[in-house]
Amino acid sequence: MTGSVSPRQIRGIVLKQSRRANVGHIGSALSIADIIAALFGGVLRGGGPSDPDRDRFILSKGHAALALYAALSLTGRLSAESLDTFCADNSLLGVHPERGLGGVDFSTGSLGHGLSIGVGAALAARLQGSARRVFVVVSDAECNEGSLWEAVMFAAHHRLGNLVTIVDLNGQQAFGYTADVLSLSPMADRWRAFGWDVHEVDGHDVGALAGALEGLDSGGAPHVIVAKTKFGKGVSFMEGKIKWHYWPVSDDELRLALEEIEEGA
Amino acid sequence: MRAAFVRAVQDAAEKDPRVVLLTGDLGYSVLEPFAERFPDRFFNAGVAEQNMVGMATGLSEAGFIPFVYSIVTFATLRPYEFIRNGPIFHRLPVRIVGVGGGFEYGHAGPTHYGLEDIAVMRAQPGITCIAPADHEQAAAAIRATWALPGPVYYRLGKDDRTTVPGLAGMFAIGRAQQIREGGDLAIVAMGAIASEAAAAAQMLASEGERLSASVLVVASVTPPPVDDLLDVLSKVPLVITVEAHSVNGGVGSLVAEVIAENGLSCRLVRCGVRALLEGPFGGQDFMQRQQGISREAIASTARRAVSSVGP
Repeated sequence: MTGSVSPRQIRGIVLKQSRRANVGHIGSALSIADIIAALFGGVLRGGGPSDPDRDRFILSKGHAALALYAALSLTGRLSAESLDTFCADNSLLGVHPERGLGGVDFSTGSLGHGLSIGVGAALAARLQGSARRVFVVVSDAECNEGSLWEAVMFAAHHRLGNLVTIVDLNGQQAFGYTADVLSLSPMADRWRAFGWDVHEVDGHDVGALAGALEGLDSGGAPHVIVAKTKFGKGVSFMEGKIKWHYWPVSDDELRLALEEIEEGA
Repeated sequence: MRAAFVRAVQDAAEKDPRVVLLTGDLGYSVLEPFAERFPDRFFNAGVAEQNMVGMATGLSEAGFIPFVYSIVTFATLRPYEFIRNGPIFHRLPVRIVGVGGGFEYGHAGPTHYGLEDIAVMRAQPGITCIAPADHEQAAAAIRATWALPGPVYYRLGKDDRTTVPGLAGMFAIGRAQQIREGGDLAIVAMGAIASEAAAAAQMLASEGERLSASVLVVASVTPPPVDDLLDVLSKVPLVITVEAHSVNGGVGSLVAEVIAENGLSCRLVRCGVRALLEGPFGGQDFMQRQQGISREAIASTARRAVSSVGP
């Protein structure tokens, strides 16, 4: 799982597949494109889906699965033909990731579930004396879920330093802005208060993300990267717009969006 | 069955390093032997059942066999979606252990009753569902199922003394245990209330009416003992089901399905919880009398039903 994974390519795949399948959740996937690029560009270690000591990755904000499919495709673990079955009948590539698809360890999509699985996975690694780590990407709105904080407490109490959570802090949720719906500010302080090792990073700076992720040690408290992001990042007419939680792109919008992605790269 | 459970799980843990035990902060004076023997494989998850089930999912994906322990309602209803999206969807060997089915936490009140757990677990095709009738059967059931590849739900009673006459610790997956034979009617019971059902059959036989009842214990709810039910129900005109559970979705529903799907002519009367509970409340025996699942109430329902079915 080494080599560079370009966020520009991830965004291009997200947009084109969304258009082809006529399915939304574009803004959420664009929001984590750089986080996914950092993780799949060298942070995640291991010899593939059957290696028991591979790092585990859980996309707890499963609705952004297109970004994950893009990374699996760019790292050669998902063929172009398979990628083109996104949201087709008789396909394993749905809106949310499904176990059974190579490279997806856990089915997600029900928010507030993924981190607790990650805590168990990290505990398992400790019990087995394995150096593998567990990376979980959650959305900021997902932190509305009480079950997430149950997992946060357990991980801190047991000092699961092999667990890394990345919060995609884009300030938006399905029916409004997080500041208006259920404020979680200040996000970093909340995790700090629960005993986590907190790093605040620009969620669109792949180098900074990779640097922060590579520098974590597995010995102490669990780690959280609070990644400040922009919903719909890279496409000006999508950035910060709730509509793009739902809407697919038209042909014209796709052309404009791809132009912007190319220019921004 | 709690002491039987912890002994059986401890035996499994002695044999297999994959066995770990998680509790939702319950099990005082019950789980200590396991915790002392296997301190590295025992975790108090705190009062956080969703996370406990989520963690068990992550642990089992890595090769462990986690048992998660709480009171029936907190073990099943609170984390239900985590059970479905976790061990069930992922086909992982998590064991959900619920203690105190029905009205066993009588004075604790309705928030502590377990009256729907079998219904919701039975709705999931991917989980084995076990409701033992006494502590001997619980021990046998855990021995027979702890190493299964998929998830298991155990509905355990608190009672470690009562035994169901004739059961003698028998258990087999997908089978029912016939503990009494009779031709006037059948009584089919699930879980710890089976001792009341057996006592009701004894009362019916010994009183003036001399009604002879077959009694069948259903501990393997999923997979269901369809052949054993067919065998008994095809020979009697009437069956009474008994459960400390809602009549919807439990063993009464299971028997209704078996009768209807196989075209049997046997009439069914279900004893169990039918209405939303209203106070006043009381201890287990009081609640069971009130809900028509005490031995006297079962016998009296049987008498009425026999007279309406006719000779």
